[in-house]
Amino acid sequence: MSKGILYDATLCIGCKMCEKACAEHNGLPYDDSVAAESKQSEHKFTVVLTENDKFMRRLCMHCEKPACASVCPVGAFHKTALGPVVYDVWKCIGCRYCMVACAFAVPKYEWGSLNPRVRKCIMCPDLIKRGEATACAQICPTGATKFGERDQLLQEAQDRIAQNPGNYVPHIYGKDEVGGTSVFLISSVPFEQFGYPEIAKIGDKALPEYTGVIMEKVPDFIPLWALVLGGIYWLAHRKDEVAQAEAMEKQGGVA
Amino acid sequence: MKITGIKVTFWNVVFAIIMVLGVYSAYVRYFKGIGAVSNLSDQFPWGLWIGFDCLCGIMLAAGGFCISGAVYLFNVERLHSIIRPVILTAFLGYCLFIVGLLVDLGRPWFIWHQLIYMNPHSVMFEVGMCVMTYTTVLFFEFLPNVLEKFHLQWPLRIVKGVMPFLIVAGILLSTLHQSSLGSLYLIMPSKLHPFWYSPALPFFFFGSAIAVGLAMTIFESTQSAKAFGRHLEFSVLVELGGALLIALWVNALLRFEDFYHRGMLTKIIQPSYEAYFLWLELLLAFVIPITMLSFKKVRLSPKGLYLASISAILGFVANRLNISITGFETWAGHHFVPKWTELMITLSIIAMGFFLFGMAVKYLPIYEHGEGVAEAQPEPQRVRGELPKASHVAT
Repeated sequence: MSKGILYDATLCIGCKMCEKACAEHNGLPYDDSVAAESKQSEHKFTVVLTENDKFMRRLCMHCEKPACASVCPVGAFHKTALGPVVYDVWKCIGCRYCMVACAFAVPKYEWGSLNPRVRKCIMCPDLIKRGEATACAQICPTGATKFGERDQLLQEAQDRIAQNPGNYVPHIYGKDEVGGTSVFLISSVPFEQFGYPEIAKIGDKALPEYTGVIMEKVPDFIPLWALVLGGIYWLAHRKDEVAQAEAMEKQGGVA
Repeated sequence: MKITGIKVTFWNVVFAIIMVLGVYSAYVRYFKGIGAVSNLSDQFPWGLWIGFDCLCGIMLAAGGFCISGAVYLFNVERLHSIIRPVILTAFLGYCLFIVGLLVDLGRPWFIWHQLIYMNPHSVMFEVGMCVMTYTTVLFFEFLPNVLEKFHLQWPLRIVKGVMPFLIVAGILLSTLHQSSLGSLYLIMPSKLHPFWYSPALPFFFFGSAIAVGLAMTIFESTQSAKAFGRHLEFSVLVELGGALLIALWVNALLRFEDFYHRGMLTKIIQPSYEAYFLWLELLLAFVIPITMLSFKKVRLSPKGLYLASISAILGFVANRLNISITGFETWAGHHFVPKWTELMITLSIIAMGFFLFGMAVKYLPIYEHGEGVAEAQPEPQRVRGELPKASHVAT
């Protein structure tokens, strides 16, 4: 079954333990200066944002139908059956289409490297495969970040909002956004305040469908268009042949 | 003044300066990284190189398939005299596009991965495959120049024998990737500004490729006539000017329809940062050249045609830069201005194009078809059939 992450901002205390655990698990440096950085980058895959006394995590949403995987010319990204959207660095040619295509602007680039990689949260696929929770969920002291079955987490998010409607904005972020994601967010303040794009803007349609309507026509278009072009060629040159035949006939008639 | 056989002219000096700075920028690119050479960032992963070198480069080289389509497919003989320079431009254009790509890709040494790790859902994959195949096709369309130069008769006959297939393949591939460059942006409805995001992007890209293909042919023929002291085949230019006017009208109507159906008409007339850029684009691409070409006097004047086509070219270049850069500035929350080294890479690629074109004209039978097998297509019947050739323009 597909796994997922539920982040409940109302339980978060902003301790940034998830940031640290994430950095450690991914072999990235983490110190006070990194902790102070408030945006995702090639060395910081998740970030806890603070505004007044409210918190919000940013991380890869692990879309059900990820744009990054659909646009990659060499298929360096793919959605695994367990839920994570993972990256095969050895395939990557560095076109950065994934970065442009992602509605959440999650993939980041190693701009200073001579052999740059795209970096993002990959939902600890090694841990998940062993049946463990992601590093961020394991370390979370309050249960704000919870790892589990995607369907169950969605149900739980609905229940939490239903039981405490005053505590939450009535929206599960990730349920419908770009066709649904494997990461769900619930919060007492609107998600846009922390830079998450509104569903009114990004829509509930899976992004690959926007190009799919064109791409699925290509296999039919090729033979059809070749036939049309060949036909035009034949027709346009036919008048020469006819003219030539007529000229020959005339010559024959005279002789 | 002469220095070891090279004439020192203004343009030679400009060329030398651009190339030196370009080589320095390339050094920074490959020894310090993309971050050091450009202003590309996580907010702007695609900038001038994708916007100009790729999107505009492919559009500016579209004359190849437009004119070869007209000449070989639709059998418009009148345009035959310009087919070779146009194919040369297209071939150089695509080669330089690949050079640009090798700069822009983060891991250019893995560009061949496209051939083994194929992702058929990716528009980029389709564009990549088409561009690769089409560049090969253009190589063979260009090859007769070289073969004639070295009097290689039998390979020449083979290439000319398969020419009809090459032409059809070239147009098929061009249709696919010219439009697909627009499809690249279909997946970003929330990021690209609504002035430019449209489900019709692939149609716009194909339409603008044809208009610019024609405009570039006029521009380049006039320019070559000046630079190489060649006689200008004026009736050909007039013909192209007429076709350009029609192409511009079709493009303009498509754009209008699109704005109308997406309810944008009232928004594009209100002043805003994006609106200024849109107005600039529409003015240069449509208003100026369509107005100019609507006058018969302009359509029949070499200078008028030249200026109208330059305006159209600049307009569509502005259009593609708007799509790739201006259209993302609001989303990214800041402006994108390329770093000077980034710009130098682009300029040196353009300069290289001019240089190689000049070299090819100098050493290859681009304008003087020799050897008695000049026609790039075997048509012995035509000669015997004594077709009426009233409209054919001799070189």
